[in-house]
Amino acid sequence: MTAFAVGDAIDAVYVVAVLVFILGLQAMSAPSTARRGIVYAGVAMLLAVIATFFSPHLTNFALIAVGVIVGGLGGWYWARVVKMTAMPQMVAVFNGMGAGAAAAIAAVELLGHLPDRATAGLSLAGGVIGSISIAASLVAFSKLQGWLPSRPIVLPARQVVNSAVLVVGVGVGLYAVVAVSTAWLLPFFVLLLLYGLLLALPIGGADMPVVISLTNALTGVAVGLDGFALVNGPLGDAGYAMVIAGVLVGSAGSLLTVLMAKAMNRSISNVFFGAFGSAPETGGPVAGQLKEIGASDVAALLAYANQVIIAPGYGMAVAQAQQKVKELADLLEAKGVPVKFAIHPVAGRMPGHMNVLLAEVGVSYDKLFDRDEINAEFANTDVVLVIGANDVVNPAAHRQGSALFGMPILDVEGAKNVIVNKRGQGKGFAGIENELFYRDNCHLLYGDAQKAIGDVVSELKKTS
Amino acid sequence: MAADLWTALFIAILAAFTGYEVISRVPVLLHTPLMSGSNFIHGIVLVGGIVALGLARDPVEQAVGFVAVVMGALNVTGGYVVTERILAMFDRSKGRPKGGAP
Repeated sequence: MTAFAVGDAIDAVYVVAVLVFILGLQAMSAPSTARRGIVYAGVAMLLAVIATFFSPHLTNFALIAVGVIVGGLGGWYWARVVKMTAMPQMVAVFNGMGAGAAAAIAAVELLGHLPDRATAGLSLAGGVIGSISIAASLVAFSKLQGWLPSRPIVLPARQVVNSAVLVVGVGVGLYAVVAVSTAWLLPFFVLLLLYGLLLALPIGGADMPVVISLTNALTGVAVGLDGFALVNGPLGDAGYAMVIAGVLVGSAGSLLTVLMAKAMNRSISNVFFGAFGSAPETGGPVAGQLKEIGASDVAALLAYANQVIIAPGYGMAVAQAQQKVKELADLLEAKGVPVKFAIHPVAGRMPGHMNVLLAEVGVSYDKLFDRDEINAEFANTDVVLVIGANDVVNPAAHRQGSALFGMPILDVEGAKNVIVNKRGQGKGFAGIENELFYRDNCHLLYGDAQKAIGDVVSELKKTS
Repeated sequence: MAADLWTALFIAILAAFTGYEVISRVPVLLHTPLMSGSNFIHGIVLVGGIVALGLARDPVEQAVGFVAVVMGALNVTGGYVVTERILAMFDRSKGRPKGGAP
């Protein structure tokens, strides 16, 4: 076979791959077909990678093989062993890896084609975005993993400092291209990585889903820009595949980011430049006192309720209590007490996090209700059981001047009784005192969610 | 500007609208899997990494290209497994899938 025919075959594989990526993404946007979508996309990716190996002019095969095997097995293993609760930060870290790869490709292109202004300029842009994205992703990972404090880390004069780092960094990169001097490339990448760090550090943990989603879109754009830089090269068709897949993710990811920010009632610029949660609380002292309640009292309240609404949060995920929660719901239903779940869009650490955990243990979809669907019902409900959720049920969100002001919450305080299960007297992710806990109709069931809910379940069993 | 770049630009515009259209009506509960799925799709960067390393000529380019390939491969397999694990929970037919760490 001539090199020409081989090239055509490789192109055909790329065409099929990008087509399947689009179909896969579409399948993933509906619950019934979602799982098929990722499998199709996976097969397409595998084909595209294998086809690339047969590209003419390719050298360094041993290095490539070692890299693919090391990275591939590493990613596979890491993603397999990690707990379901750590999934948000895993998305962040693997997104960061993609961004790092995009930045590294840009670096190789810059090293090899600096005199070619078009290629160098596009690579520079890919390098800027890739570097920012990897640094911000790794900060997001570290914050969610607990390696960095989740509260905003705010440096003095950060707007000025950050802008200066960005401007100088891009300037150094442009100078490297104009002066055709590879010596300036290292400081360029260092400054842009630094900018990514500075950008993400002042963002509180509660906003990390938006950050991860945005960096995901950014990585897509960086990959697309790298693709542009590659189309001029000897193996340009790989570049087209990267342009399509990268831009596809860039636009889909941007839309997702906007939808997500909307669900949290936060604007993107507010997330990135607002240092949310760093301002001292301005609400004054909270009135009332914390009232503890025991498992047997909770069981009695639940057993005689007209309806129970369960509002789960991150605490349920951390304690892996979803199985116990399901058991509790089944027991109550068997006693004739209707149970509904109120799912706040950003309960947990990511939109859909609670849905995923409850689906895992077999809670049916028609029991899960969105904030908008269920908010009116709290007033007619005897008992609301809040399990490890905090900020999403904090009535401070209705009060002007609170850092949470304007965030849409579950209005659980309207119910006759509110029982809040939490581990201790700590604050929520946003670091704000929760006024709900001091309300007259609110009682606190302290303890790890798995154990506390387990206790309630056994109390309920005793009475039946 | 070379003809190839213009072609790529035309493609990019169409891809941008496609991405927007494909997920414009997605339910909230699929936000996370979709983010994870699109995270996997930009793993196509691995193909670029292979090309970059495959055409690298000196040790510095080889070293940086190698980093690109390793990171790209991490993106691909990690992104796939994470997405698959999240979506597996939506699949009722197989009963309770293994959720936590082994």
